[in-house]
Amino acid sequence: MDGKRPRAFYFLAAFFTAYVLFLYGPMFAIFILSFQGPEGGLTFPMNGVSTYWFSKLAEGGGIVNIGAAFRRSLALGVVVMLLTVVISVSAGLAFRRKFWGASALFYIAIASLIVPSIITSLGIGLEFRIIDDLVKNVGPEWLAADHTTWMGLFTSGLGAHLTWTLPFGLLIMFAIFNRFNPAYEEAARDLGATPWQSFRHVVLPIILPSVVGIGLFGFTLSWDEIARSSQAIGEVNTLPLELQGLTTTVTKPDIYALGTTTSAVSFLVIAIALIGIRLLQRRTAKAGSDAGKGLV
Amino acid sequence: MPAPAAAIRTQSFIERMSDETASRLQALPMALVFTIFFLLPLGLIIMVSFWDYNEYEMIPALSGRGYTDTFEGCIAELPELCTIFKTYAMTLKLCFLVWLITLIIGFTVAYFLAFHIRSKTWQIALSLLCTIPFWTSNVIRMIAWIPLLGRNGLINKGLMSAGAIDAPLEWLLFSQFSVVLALVHLFTFFMVIPIFNSMIRIDKSLIEAAYDAGATGWQTLTNVIIPLSKPGIVIGSIFVITIVMGDFITVGVMGGQQIASAGKIIETRLNALQFPAAAANAVILLGITLMIIFVLSKLVDIRKEL
Repeated sequence: MDGKRPRAFYFLAAFFTAYVLFLYGPMFAIFILSFQGPEGGLTFPMNGVSTYWFSKLAEGGGIVNIGAAFRRSLALGVVVMLLTVVISVSAGLAFRRKFWGASALFYIAIASLIVPSIITSLGIGLEFRIIDDLVKNVGPEWLAADHTTWMGLFTSGLGAHLTWTLPFGLLIMFAIFNRFNPAYEEAARDLGATPWQSFRHVVLPIILPSVVGIGLFGFTLSWDEIARSSQAIGEVNTLPLELQGLTTTVTKPDIYALGTTTSAVSFLVIAIALIGIRLLQRRTAKAGSDAGKGLV
Repeated sequence: MPAPAAAIRTQSFIERMSDETASRLQALPMALVFTIFFLLPLGLIIMVSFWDYNEYEMIPALSGRGYTDTFEGCIAELPELCTIFKTYAMTLKLCFLVWLITLIIGFTVAYFLAFHIRSKTWQIALSLLCTIPFWTSNVIRMIAWIPLLGRNGLINKGLMSAGAIDAPLEWLLFSQFSVVLALVHLFTFFMVIPIFNSMIRIDKSLIEAAYDAGATGWQTLTNVIIPLSKPGIVIGSIFVITIVMGDFITVGVMGGQQIASAGKIIETRLNALQFPAAAANAVILLGITLMIIFVLSKLVDIRKEL
């Protein structure tokens, strides 16, 4: 370390600080404003401090069934998270060897990430409409008779969210295995471990912190998803869709209270994940290697 | 290399499979999800874009109406631009502005993190600081601007009490300005991370070599760092451009539902239940987006950069 910082450092540090303020400042403004007094409006100054708008939100005052939307989003987020982790880890393992279609699958995943969300959403919406029409018109009698739609939260909605979370999961797996030392696995194999044992007891503990990261992406991206849900979610709305609907009629701070509540869930999940990753990394550092410590 | 122990052990089903079969099975769930929820839907969009439609439903009969309706008046109204061309001109303008601003901010932030932060722990902590907002809701980050930019917002009040303006500035919110601001706010992240990722791989001895050879800081930046960060810049650009091209939520919320964009046309058609027209617009948007990506991806091999 050569001690003294160049002048550019201070300029860039100021730039970075300004960027972080730009990133977080507005968010904190609405967190503060959500504690407006009952007479308070959408902007500063604060007109007293209260939790009035939160209790109004809890009663569902004015906003349609926000509790139900909250539970739906939470349930969907958890399912998306679990599936994203399992499917991404499995595919990540597959990509360590050459297999037929590997590069096609990789490019499809990238395409799924960058094709505009509205297009994916429209496509899934059309797909389910066409399937529903087929069932109603040419399906077997017992099915066609009272068929309405298969579009829904855990069919089309789940699929739409996975097209968004899985590419992130796969990219993280690529990043993990590009830096993964295969010697550990070879050692396990030489000691007679089955593939499952070497995955369960050797590979998984090493990659676990990053797997938690995949889960974090899976949940948070689903929890806040709008564009892909918009045409593919069916009759019910998720929380972010309700929130987006409210932006056109926003007149009272209850929308801020809702925003603060939603963000609180996000921040809670982020905190849990980051603390979890930190603890796992520490465990790995402590128990991972006894090299150079002599016989233990 | 077969270990002796493996021969003694009874082989399970999985072990008897070849490595390639195992890989294919492991990749199968992901392949299925993308087939059912991505490839097939894209195919259906192309199919439906050639269907006919009436006021309330799509009709499975070959028709070019989705496209002709989209380009309606484009020849008749010449030399005036028709709606669809005007909309795309607006979308490309937003795209260019957001790309330029996110690139400048993203590059500067990444440069600071990669070259001026010396401890690994701080690098991780600060890049995490830039990432956390990405895990929170976009809509909330949009409405967060209302108390600042609104007619009675902090900025207008501040300027008025300072005597700089007499009446509140109307163009701060629900305008092109607020759309660009919100898009930059939301998506600079997509520039920072790939550029940072490229920069931390640059061999520091190259920079020392440039310095020893007498290059100024600026020369090092333009001749060493920028060329070596190109993959990150390209990947970040692909993300930002594709997101802005297809965006309809930010343009809707921050533009007060008054600004047209490529994504918003699709939404409008859908609200009118004109599915084939929506699909035709999606095909056009997809075509233009893919063209941009194709050109950009010629500049870099994505898979090498992870």
